[in-house]
Parts: sequence; structure tokens; C-alpha cells
Amino acid sequence: MMTLPEEEFAEVAADVGHGRVPSRTRVVAGRFFATGQGRLGFALLALMFLLAFAGPLLYPWSYTEMDFSAFMQPPSPAHWFGTLQTGSDVFAVTMRGAQKSLIVGLLVAVVSTGVAAAVGSVAGYFLGWTDRTLMWVADLLLVLPAFLILAIMSPLLAGGRWLLFVIMLALFLWMVTSKIVRGMTKAIKEREYVKAARFMGVPPAKIIYRHVIPNLASLLVVDATLNVSAAILTETTLSYFGFGIQPPDVSLGGLIADGSRTALYAPWTFWFAAGGLVVTILAVNLVGDSLRDALDPGGRGSA
Amino acid sequence: MTTGTATGTATGTAPVLEVRDLEVRFGDVPVVRGVGYTVEPGEVLGVVGESGAGKSVASLAVMGLLPRHAKVSGSVLLHGRELLGAPEKELAAVRGDTMSMIFQDPLSALTPVYRVGDQLAEAVRVHQRVSRERAAERAVELLDLVGIPNPRQRARAFPHEFSGGMRQRAMIAMAIANDPDVIICDEPTTALDVTIQAQVLEVLKSARRETGAAIVLITHDLGVVAGIADRVLVMYAGRGVEAGTVRDVYHRSRMPYTIGLLGSVPRLDAGRDVPLVPIDGSPPSAAALPPGCPFEPRCPMAIPACARAEPPLAEVAPGHSAACVRSGEIGEPRPVPPEDVPTAAAGAYPGVPPPRPREGRAVVLEVDGLVKHHPLTKGAVFRRRVGTVHAVDGVSFDIREGETLGLVGESGCGKTTALMEILELARPERGRVVVFGRDTAALTPHDRLAVRRHLQVVFQDPLASLDPRMTVHDIVGEPLVTHGYTDTGPRVRRLLRLVGLEPAHAARYPQDFSGGQRQRIAVARALALEPKLIVLDEPVSALDVSIQAGVINLLAGLADRLGLSYLFVAHDLAVVRHIAHRVAVMYLGRIAEIGGADQVYGAPMHPYTQALLSAVPIPDPDKERRRRRILLDGDLPSPADPPSGCRFRTRCPKFKVLTDAQRVRCVEEEPAVRPLEGDHGASCHYAEKLGVV
Repeated sequence: MMTLPEEEFAEVAADVGHGRVPSRTRVVAGRFFATGQGRLGFALLALMFLLAFAGPLLYPWSYTEMDFSAFMQPPSPAHWFGTLQTGSDVFAVTMRGAQKSLIVGLLVAVVSTGVAAAVGSVAGYFLGWTDRTLMWVADLLLVLPAFLILAIMSPLLAGGRWLLFVIMLALFLWMVTSKIVRGMTKAIKEREYVKAARFMGVPPAKIIYRHVIPNLASLLVVDATLNVSAAILTETTLSYFGFGIQPPDVSLGGLIADGSRTALYAPWTFWFAAGGLVVTILAVNLVGDSLRDALDPGGRGSA
Repeated sequence: MTTGTATGTATGTAPVLEVRDLEVRFGDVPVVRGVGYTVEPGEVLGVVGESGAGKSVASLAVMGLLPRHAKVSGSVLLHGRELLGAPEKELAAVRGDTMSMIFQDPLSALTPVYRVGDQLAEAVRVHQRVSRERAAERAVELLDLVGIPNPRQRARAFPHEFSGGMRQRAMIAMAIANDPDVIICDEPTTALDVTIQAQVLEVLKSARRETGAAIVLITHDLGVVAGIADRVLVMYAGRGVEAGTVRDVYHRSRMPYTIGLLGSVPRLDAGRDVPLVPIDGSPPSAAALPPGCPFEPRCPMAIPACARAEPPLAEVAPGHSAACVRSGEIGEPRPVPPEDVPTAAAGAYPGVPPPRPREGRAVVLEVDGLVKHHPLTKGAVFRRRVGTVHAVDGVSFDIREGETLGLVGESGCGKTTALMEILELARPERGRVVVFGRDTAALTPHDRLAVRRHLQVVFQDPLASLDPRMTVHDIVGEPLVTHGYTDTGPRVRRLLRLVGLEPAHAARYPQDFSGGQRQRIAVARALALEPKLIVLDEPVSALDVSIQAGVINLLAGLADRLGLSYLFVAHDLAVVRHIAHRVAVMYLGRIAEIGGADQVYGAPMHPYTQALLSAVPIPDPDKERRRRRILLDGDLPSPADPPSGCRFRTRCPKFKVLTDAQRVRCVEEEPAVRPLEGDHGASCHYAEKLGVV
């Protein structure tokens, strides 16, 4: 077995022995946080999470409690965001709704984009029977009426089984993206760097994870960002029709739907929930944009 | 300021085309910065330079074919008539009539939906008042003139039915259709194989004879220019830096860039022990030119004065001008003072012991009767096989430890297919591939991974073979991670240093590097696991000449120092000459000739090798013009339907001179590679030696 000349290594080792390993994860993270946009988006999202989950712990009112001495009251020291017609505290229900919407929105987006990436790239990379089977499943789900199925399944979803709800929502969001991913994977598979990796002995699963998916990053990040809003809106629609998240539990979508009726003469019933939704989606978009730029080698980030 | 006019030879004839102080800007970026030349009737002016030197843009500006947003200034005189700023109608009357152009890519230059003959006839009828029948007749004559067989029949063919060489001939036919006075050829042979290139250059020469036109030949290939041009203009960073007769420029160069370019070109007549001299760095970008001489940062002879002001292209001898402040010092007989030439990295390494004889060394790769056929199928639902492409049809060779085998051949000969078959490490369709003594047919997945550790690959296009989304660190470290290393940082830094890159660049992405640097990254990745055998698929053909030399030297140096074996696949025989110990020439899926590089290049025995070698131009005008060229007829037959018996017989110059009795053997019996002298073998029934270089 031959070795690279040692004296050359010794000479080199003298001045390169320091510094962290500049792997992709580190470089991308560095570039993400180097932009003001990325930091702002991340901070906003973190703040929303903090408020939604830690806020109710420090607040005297719970979302199930009703103050029978204050119906439809504007914001006051006792009720920070005012109260609803039922006497529910707006801050408490908004935070509870934000918890649900954040989890549902982000999880659905991550799960559906993840499924789309996995299915599309596996189908496009292996082709043959794998491809035909996976695309057949995608086609089947595309022709099924998603709303109807969710409505039929709603009794199952009742009783706080929100995780099942997330999965059901995600199940009907991934198909179109997976088809795009499949097409792009077929093109990437023919690139020489994929061949180079194959001839290096990298197993197929790792090639997909390391070479195919990152090269689809722009598409996937945009898709995930769009899916967050799509999921929150779908959840809202479902809740409006009496499926999805049911009272006494609340979601931002439900609150906005209710608040829109009283928005004109009691703006606090509407604007706090709507503002929460806008801030959340804005933060997700900022994070998505910065992440896409950070992943893109063409961007002039500080590496 | 005399912004370089390459003055013509003092024959007194009026120039056909005179270009003065031509400048082209795209926005704020000056792409062409004062180019001037004159061409006289029947003269060939070679314009050479690397990519980005502005040679194509300058010629498009002369033709008035640049987009509207390009700002062009200066003067272009055709027969004394100013073309710059002339109305479009006037230009259209000139283009294709007195002045015509041949482009690099003949496929996009012909309209795919019209017959070739009709397109030619159209070119005639645009400028001449002749009947439709007469124009069609003229089209057939033109096709005949450029050597297309059965011109009457071929005139009715569509462009896609023509091969690349035939399309380029059709383009030449179109260019000479109206008996032009100037033909501008923009890289007319770059996309073609060498044997086809030789054919096309012959056609170009005969076109000049027929029409008496002046030719402006734009190319990066110094060999082509040496063979055909009368005068040369060397361009660098948008300017002419040296101009003169071809012998003056090649033998008495006065500009360090020209000297560097000539020193870095791989030559067919120089062996592995003659190292190439690369030019440091890479050409400057047009948007960020240095304040002084644009070549100063790369110039081995730079002095402080060079960085201050850009020297004009000034006459240094009658009919010879150069843009260099030291051109006077650069002596007549000796091109460069030896102390100024950077010593090359290849060749002599003092610590390396002389190699053991070939027989004593272990075989790292043995390929025996390798076959790969691609089925040709038809129909979407019920696929049926309608034929077979014999991509690789019984190829055998071996590579020993520390040895470089060059696998050469024209496009379509099956060299890349053979290489991919080897790299798959699977059971081949027929035949045997043995890597490090292990038959690939019997490898378990675990064994295969172990073999891959010692077998690495470098591809042609470094940008395509490096994942654009990975940092250089991750790219070079990938094989290490795959094979179980955990701490890759220090090792990657060492590897980068080994291939001549800054370790600090590991955090960058491939696109931040130039072509040559990217290929160095690919080499570093291939070296990461300390392999025994590296397969190189055209590793330098995507690079500019001055960059190419550095990579070739690096590869040759690494092979000598680290005892690597290479399987070096290339179409460029001159490059292979500089790196290979042994050479295998492929033709239509079979090996035509195999042997030591000195034997194969020095005394080739197969008629195909002889023709191939004779077609490669040598960048030396005297040698190049003395050589005898063996021209091959026609194109490579389709590998789906190879000729019976010897596959080369349809184009073989030897076959033509054989008696009928001798020919029977060529038609009926397929020749196998038979050893003729030591391990030098050729697959020809009537092989005999012939010096062609």
C-alpha cells in the first residue's frame, strides 16, 4: 500500500492544523445567520413558539375558563387582549390556537415536503418497478377527494388526536411536488457527480440524501414554505365546517373565522388572531428565503 | 496610439479586409479592446487565443452580427468600404456574398426543417439572380466541391441525416456559394474528430484555391494555425498581443504569452520525458482587468514597469509586432532565457527509483474480451429489439502497477463505454474484468466496496462532476466518509495542498474556482483514499491550453511520486503522448493497436493509427507543413451495423492498394490483435511500420 509522502504532509500539517471543518452544514448555518433576514425570521418564529407555549403558563386565565363578568370587553390589564362574547379571554385562546396552528402548520409542511422529496427522489433514482408503484400511489391520492375523506375521518380525529390530523393533512399535500422532484431527480441522476459518488462506493440511499435532495433544496424550501400556509388554511376550512380541531379546543383558523363576524365593532376579537397568523407565516417565509439563499452556492454569503 | 494593426506582407496588393482599433463593449465590460488586422486576397490569417480572449466577439463585430446592446467602435473596411455603422440592408447584401462566415457548431447553423440542397440553393438565390433549377444545380456542384459523396442524392437529405463533418462541409459549401472575398471561420473544426478535422481543413484549403478568398481562421488550436495560416494574430484579454508571419510568431516569439502558450501545448512529437510548461494563474476576467499589461500577473518575466501601463502592439521586426515592454530583450534564437521559465513539475523526480521492468510488476487491471452491446428498441408499449449497437466488441488490455495506459480513439469508438463497464464492477456481458486480481463477476457487495477504495475516477467536465451544492471540503472528504474515516479535516487540507490548492479554500463551493482548479479538486477527491488505480475520462479536454498543461503535469507528477496507475481515456493524442507509458487505439468497439507509447507513436503499424496520428496537427509551422497527411474517406460507420471482417476496411487507405486476393481476407476474416514486436500489437492482417509524426 502506497502512502502520500510524509514529509509533504508534515510541512503542510504545520500551518493547517487549526480551524473547524468547513462542512456543508456549518457553512450553510453560518450563511443563514449571517443575513439579517435569516436572524429576524428565526427570532420571530422562536418568539411565536415561546409565547404560544410559555405564555399561557404565566397568564392567569386558561382558554377553557370564561369570565362571566366581562363579555366582549376591549383589552384591559385583567384581559390583555380583551374578551369574547362568551367571556373567554382572547389572549388565552389566541395562544392556545397559535400552539395548534404552529404545530399543525409546520409539521404538515415538513412531513408533506419530506414525503414528496423521499418518494419523488426514490422513484426518480431507482426507476423501474419502484417508480411505477410509487407514482401509482401518488396518482391514486391525487384523484381521491381529499376534503371528503378528511370529513369522513373526522370522528377519528376528534378527541385531541392532532398528530393523526397532521398526518392526514400531509397525506394530501405531497403528490404534485413529488412528481416534480421525480423529474428533476432523473436529470440529476445522469450528472457526473452522482456517477462519481456511485463509483466511489456511496450507497444509493446516501447518494439521494447527500447529492440529490440538496440539489433540489430551492424547490423543497419554497414548497415547504407554501405548505405551511396551505396547511393552516386547510385546517381553518375544515374547522369552519366543523371538522378538524373542535371546541373547546381552538385553532387560529377557527378564531379568525369567528372573529371576522365581530371584527368591525370589536376589532380585538379578530386582529390578534389574524396578526398571529400573519407574523407566523411571515417568519416562515423569511426563514425559508434565507435558508434557500444559504443553501444556494451562488449566493454571496460570508462563508 | 498605434493600437495594433498587424500589417500585411509588403506585396503591395490592397487588403480585402482591414480592421482598425475595433472595440466592443457589453455595458461597461470591454470585451474587445482595440484589435486590428488586414487580410489580403488568398491569404489565411490565424487568430489564436484562449476562451474569453475576445476572438469570436471580434469576428462577429466584423460581420455586424452582434446584438444591439453591444457598443462597437473602430473601423472595418471591406475593399475600402466602411462596414461599421452601415445600414442593415447594405450589410445583408455583403454578408454571404463578399464576406461569409463558418461557425463552430454546424448543427445549429443549418435549419433542421429544410433539405441541405434547398438551403444551399437559397444562399445562392439571395445574392444572384438565377433560376430555381440553376440554383439547385449549383448546390449540387458545391456539395461535390466540398467532397460530399453522391452530392445529387445528399442534397435531398436533411441536416440531421448528415454527420458532423458533413455538416461542416455543407457550411463551407454555403460559405463559398457566392464566391466570397473573405471567409471568416470561427473554430470551424473544434467540434470535430481529428480525422474529420483533417478532411475539413483540406476542404477549406481547396475552397481558398477555388475562390481565391482570404480566410480569417479563429481557433484556439495552435497546431491547426501552424498548418494552414500565413500570418497569425495572438489575442489575449481582448487585444492582439503578437502578430506576424506564422514562422516569426512560432519560432521567434517576442511576447511571453505566445511563448507560454507554445510551451504549454502538448505535442505529438515530444514524449513523456519532455515536461510541459504551464502558465501560472488563469486569464483575467474582462470586467476586472489589471491596470498594466493584462498578462503581467501570469508572466514569468514581469518587471515593475509591466504593472504600470499596458504596452501597445508595436512593430519589433519587419512584419512582426508584439505588445510587450521586454520584447526587445527576448532574443532572436532562444525563445526564453531558461532562468525565467518555471521548472515543470513533471518528469524527473530525484527520489524516485527507476521503474522495474514491466513483467515484474503486478497487474492492477486486466480486461479480457470485454463486450457491451446496447439493444436498439422500437415501440413504446411492446418494445421489440430492432438491432444492436456494438459499442464495445471484444476489448482486451492490461495495466500494471505504476503504469499509465492511454485509451484513445475518436468519438463513438466505445472508449467511454468500456470505461463505464469497468467502473460498474459488475459481471460484463461477455469477457472478463479483473481488478487487483479479483474477477468482477464474482464480487460480493462487500468486496466491491473494498475494490472501489483503490479504484477512483476523474471525469471530463470538472463542473459537472463536483456537486455544486457541496463545499470543497465535503467533496474531497466524501470518499473518506464513505469508507469509514471520521476526522476528515486535516486530511482534506493535506490533499488540497498536494494538488496545489489553498487549504483555506475548503469552505468554498466549486463554482468559485476556475476550470483548472476545479479539475484539481476532482483529482484531490480521487486521491483521498490513496488508490492504486485512477480512471481518467478526458480529464483535460474541457480546459484551456495554458491550464491543461498544469493539470497534465500534476497528474504525471503524482503518478511518478505515488506509484499510481492510470487508465487515461482521451481523444487528444498529443495529450496522451505526454502522460501515457502505453497506448491502446480503439476503432468501432475494438482495439486497433496497442503497445508502448514510443513504439505506437514512433512506428505505428495499423493503418488507422497511422491516419489518426498523421491527422493531429503539430504546433510547428515547418514540421507541420512537411508532414504527409493520410486522409481517411468518409465517416465512422455506425456501430449498429459494423462492416464485416476488418471494421476499418471501408475507410482503410491500405485496403485500397491491396490486390483483390488480399482483400478477401480483410472482408471475411476479422483480425485479432496479434503481437508483432514485443508487446506492441496491431489488429491488421497486413500491418507494417510507418513513421508519420
